[in-house]
Amino acid sequence: MELLSGADMIARFLQDEGVEYIYGYPGGAALHIYDALFRQDKVKHILVRHEQAATHAADGYARASGKPGVVLVTSGPGATNAVTGIATAYMDSIPMVVICGQVMSHLIGDDAFQETDIVGVTRPIVKHSFSIKHPSEIPEVLKKAFYLASTGRPGPVVVDIPKDMTSPTERYEYVYPKKVKLRSYNPVTRGHTGQIKKAVELMLKAKRPVFYTGGGVVSGGASEALTDLVRRLGYPITTTLMGIGAYPQGDRQCLGWLGMHGSYESNMAMHHADLIIAIGARFDDRVTNNTSKFCPTAKIIHVDIDPSSVSKTVRADVPIVGPAGSVINEMISLVQGKEIAHPEALGEWWQKVDGWREERVGKLYEPSGPGEKIKPQEVIEAMCRVTRGEAFVTTDVGQHQMFAAQYYKFDKPNRFITSGGLGTMGFGFPAAMGIKQNFPEDQVICVTGEGSFQMMMQELSTCKQYGVGVKIVNLNNASLGMVRQWQDLNYKSRHAHSYMESLPDFQKLIEAYGFTALRVETLDELEPALERTFADKHELVFLDVQVDPREHVYPMQVPLGSMRDMLLSKTERT
Amino acid sequence: MRHIISILMENEPGALSRVVGLFAQRNYNIETLNVAPTEDPSLSRLTVTTVGDDRVIEQITKHLNKLIDVVKLVDLTEGNHIERELMLVKVKALGAARDEVKRTADIFRAQIVDVTASLYTVQITGDAGKLDAFLQAMAPIGILEVARTGVSGIARGDKVLSL
Ligand SMILES: Cc1ncc(C[n+]2csc(CCOP(=O)(O)OP(=O)(O)O)c2C)c(N)n1
Ligand SMILES: [Mg+2]
Repeated sequence: MELLSGADMIARFLQDEGVEYIYGYPGGAALHIYDALFRQDKVKHILVRHEQAATHAADGYARASGKPGVVLVTSGPGATNAVTGIATAYMDSIPMVVICGQVMSHLIGDDAFQETDIVGVTRPIVKHSFSIKHPSEIPEVLKKAFYLASTGRPGPVVVDIPKDMTSPTERYEYVYPKKVKLRSYNPVTRGHTGQIKKAVELMLKAKRPVFYTGGGVVSGGASEALTDLVRRLGYPITTTLMGIGAYPQGDRQCLGWLGMHGSYESNMAMHHADLIIAIGARFDDRVTNNTSKFCPTAKIIHVDIDPSSVSKTVRADVPIVGPAGSVINEMISLVQGKEIAHPEALGEWWQKVDGWREERVGKLYEPSGPGEKIKPQEVIEAMCRVTRGEAFVTTDVGQHQMFAAQYYKFDKPNRFITSGGLGTMGFGFPAAMGIKQNFPEDQVICVTGEGSFQMMMQELSTCKQYGVGVKIVNLNNASLGMVRQWQDLNYKSRHAHSYMESLPDFQKLIEAYGFTALRVETLDELEPALERTFADKHELVFLDVQVDPREHVYPMQVPLGSMRDMLLSKTERT
Repeated sequence: MRHIISILMENEPGALSRVVGLFAQRNYNIETLNVAPTEDPSLSRLTVTTVGDDRVIEQITKHLNKLIDVVKLVDLTEGNHIERELMLVKVKALGAARDEVKRTADIFRAQIVDVTASLYTVQITGDAGKLDAFLQAMAPIGILEVARTGVSGIARGDKVLSL
C-alpha cells in the first residue's frame, strides 16, 4: 500500500495509465499538481502559450494516435481559455481528458479569486464531467474519466479538482484502478444481428447503392474492414470530411467527399441513389443540405454507435446501433459467397457515376495564367505531389481548409485532421504540434490562412521550446476568404470586415522565433519552395504563398436545395 | 402529444442540472418537473412532462439515456399508468364563499388543511386535468396563491422501474 498526496496521485495515475504527453499551462489552483509532475519524468508536460492551444494539441494527438489527449489547466481564466478546444473535441467526438484546477473547496461559491464554475460552463460540450470531493476519489474518478472519454462514442471529459484536494500535506492510499464500472454506462459492443441481416438483404438487392461513411469509421478503427466490404460489393463510396481516408481516395470506387463543398459526383450519386449505406456518419446539415429534399429515392441504412445520432435529422429505414468495426465485419460475413442480385443495374449505375465524374474533369478550377496570382488549389496539388500524399495534414477553417480537403489525396485514415463540427479557426497549428510529437518521422503540415494562423500563432514559441518541426503552409489571400466568398454570393460583394489590413510580414515574424520562412509569389517559385519546405522533416518551416484572393470554393451546394443543387463555378450551376 | 418521462438517476450533485440543461440546450420543452430521492439513497427519481411529436420524444429519451447520470428511464405515457399531482391553493373564503369553497372542495375530494378568518388553504391531488378544473371552479371566488408539485407517475400493473 502506498500513501500519496492528491497531486502525486494524479501524476502517478497518469503514469500508470500510460499517458505520454500532457498539454497545459500552470496557475495557482494547479500548482500542487505541477509540482508533482515536476518531480517525475515519465509523463512529459508540454507548456503551451495559450490554454486553447493545449486542448487543440491534445486533440490533434488524440486524432492521430487514437489515444485520449490530456490537458491540464488552472482554474478561472485557464479553464475558460480551454473551452473552445473542449467544444471542438466534443463536436468531432475526440477522446480527451481535461484536468482543471479549482479554488479551494471551502471557497467555492464565494466568487473567490479565479473561481469559475467550469463544470457548469462546459456542461453542454462534454461527454461527462466530475468534481473531486475528496482526495481519495482521485484515482477512481480519473480512471472513469479516461474510460468514458475513450469508449463508446468518444468525447471530452472534464475533471475539476479544488486545490485542497491536491494538498501535499495530506496523504491517502493509492491503488491504480485497473477497471471501473459505471452502472448507467454500457456502450454497445455489437449491432443487432436481425437488423444487420435486413441491411445486408437490402444491400445485395440494391440497384443504385452508395456508401456514405464518416468519422465513426475512423475513430472506430474500422477502415480496413470498410475497405474490404466496399471492395467486395463493388459499390461507390463517398465519405464525410471527417471520414476522409477511411477508404483510399486513390481507388476508383471512391468518389471523394460529400456535402456543401463535396465533389460533384458524390453529391449527384447520393441524390440519385436507391440505397444509402451510412456508417459512422451523422447526416449533418453541411452534408444533407435541405433534409426535406434529401435523397428522394433512397432507402437508408444507418449504422452508428450513438443511438441519438440515428434518425436525428434523417429517418433511417434500417437503424443499426453498434460500433462500425463489428457491424461491418458482421456484414462481411453475411455477404461472403453471395452474389448481388442486379449486376447489370450496378453496371449502369457505375456508368452514370463515372459520367458525372468525367463531366468535371479539367473543370474543377481555372489554373493561373502567366503573370497571375497563384491559385490556392495549385498549392495543395503541388504539396500533395511533393509529399507523395503521405503527410499528416491539419487545417484551420476557411477556404484553405476546403482546398486542402479537395486537392490533397489521402489513402489512410487519421491523416486529414480538421475541425469539422465546430469549425474552429486556430485549430490547425496546435493540432499539428500535437501530432508531430507523436509522429516525429512523418511530415506534418498545417494548411492555414493568414486569418486563422493569427489566432494561434503564439504557439511558435512552444515549437521553439520543444523543437517541433511542423510545416506551415499559409494560403495567404489577405482576406477572410470564406467570409468574403459568402459576401460575394449573398451581399453583393460588400466585404464587411473580411479583408485583412496590416498583415504582419510573416517572414520576419517567423524569423523572430528563429525559424525559416519562405515567401512565394509566382507559380515557378512554388515547387522549389515546397521542396525546400519538406527537405528536413525535423525543421519548422513556414511557407507563405500569396494566392488569388478572388478564388471561390466550388462546388457549393445551393442553400435550401437538395444535395444535387450546386454552384460549380462563378458562372455554372447544376 | 404530452408525455410523462420518469427517470432514475444518480443522486449526485450536478445530475439534475444535466437533465434540465439538456432540455434547454436542445430546445425541448419542460411543462412540469419534480425530483426526489427514492428508497435507494443512491438514486433519485425525476419525472418530467414534455410535449412533442414522436420524433422529438424519441430524441429526448435517447439523449437522456446518453447522460451518464441517467440510470434508467421510462416513458409512462406509452402504457397504462397512474398520474398524480398535488396542489395547495389559497382561496378567498369570506361570507357565502366560505361555504362554496368547502362544498366544491368536497366534490373534488380535496381537503382544507388550513384556515384563517379570510381564507382557506386547500390541498388537492389528482391528474393535471382535475387540478385545472378545480382552479377553474375557484377562479370566480378568488385564488390568492397556487403551489403545484408537478406531475409524478408510475406504471400500472406488474411493471416496475428499478435497477
Ligand atoms: C474562431 C472562429 N471565428 C470565426 C469563424 C468564421 N470564419 C469561418 S472561415 C473564416 C475566414 C478564415 O480566414 P482565413 O483563415 O484567412 O482562411 P481563408 O478562408 O482566407 O482561406 C471565418 C472568419 C470561425 N470559423 N472560427
Ligand atoms: Mg485568408
